[in-house]
Amino acid sequence: MEVLTKSSDRNLTIRLEGELDHHGAKKSMRELERAVESALPLSATLDFSGVTFMDSSGIAVVLRVLRRMRELGGTLKLTKVPPQAKKVFDAAGISQMLTIE
Amino acid sequence: MKAENYMNLEFLSKSSNESFARVAVAGFAAQLDPTLDEIGDIKTAVSEAVTNAIVHAYPDRLGKISIKTKIYEGKVLEIVVRDWGRGIENIEQARQPLFTTGGEERSGMGFTIMESFMDKLTVRSTPERGTTVTMRKKISVRLSDRL
Ligand SMILES: Nc1ncnc2c1ncn2[C@@H]1O[C@H](COP(=O)(O)OP(=O)(O)OP(=O)(O)O)[C@@H](O)[C@H]1O
Ligand SMILES: [Mg+2]
Repeated sequence: MEVLTKSSDRNLTIRLEGELDHHGAKKSMRELERAVESALPLSATLDFSGVTFMDSSGIAVVLRVLRRMRELGGTLKLTKVPPQAKKVFDAAGISQMLTIE
Repeated sequence: MKAENYMNLEFLSKSSNESFARVAVAGFAAQLDPTLDEIGDIKTAVSEAVTNAIVHAYPDRLGKISIKTKIYEGKVLEIVVRDWGRGIENIEQARQPLFTTGGEERSGMGFTIMESFMDKLTVRSTPERGTTVTMRKKISVRLSDRL
């Protein structure tokens, strides 16, 4: 799992690459949190286009970022979510809590 | 009911085995000619069951995980994921959406996802003895099956 970040003007884009399972989440959670804490963004985007697999471990990761963004008074958006990951978000009922494009 | 084919796996509860386990089961299921969507469902369900064994069954040690996969007549795939770990005290409660003993890193949606991606989910468990999760899914019949 790779975490690639880009930020300007308190807009943060994080591109996730690889398999977002428990193994991948363990590795990337800290990097994600570090990216959010250093950018303190008002708007954050998680780009899922490089996610080749996701299970419930990914839900916990997204919810963690969502919680932090709400504390910061900012918004979170997910983009380019592949069908397999989208199905997991839908089954968990969190598609309504987020903007998923 | 007699199985038409089977495949058994056994591995240590290391998180680095998660990917291998779901890919192996999906590879075995490939002979049923599943759709991409069905392959995704199978991988996801296996990943949930295996992750539970790694995270919850053996929280502070490494232990054995086994997966037994069978194919029955009518394109029915059965997957049995077993561990010999801590076990589940209250299965009904554990299967509720959002119930977790895993803290911030877990969402409590694993069983809910297994249930929605497979046709049938059975959980048997004995505290301090281990847990067996049995899942079944009927793979759709397609035109190519008739050829
Ligand atoms: N193999 C197992 N051994 C022991 N306890 C288990 C096992 N599988 C599940 N559990 C218990 O059942 C609970 C619910 O499991 P479930 O997979 O639904 O959610 P989770 O693992 O906590 O979170 P998520 O799967 O969303 O990451 C777990 O928190 C744990 O207490
Ligand atoms: Mg789980």
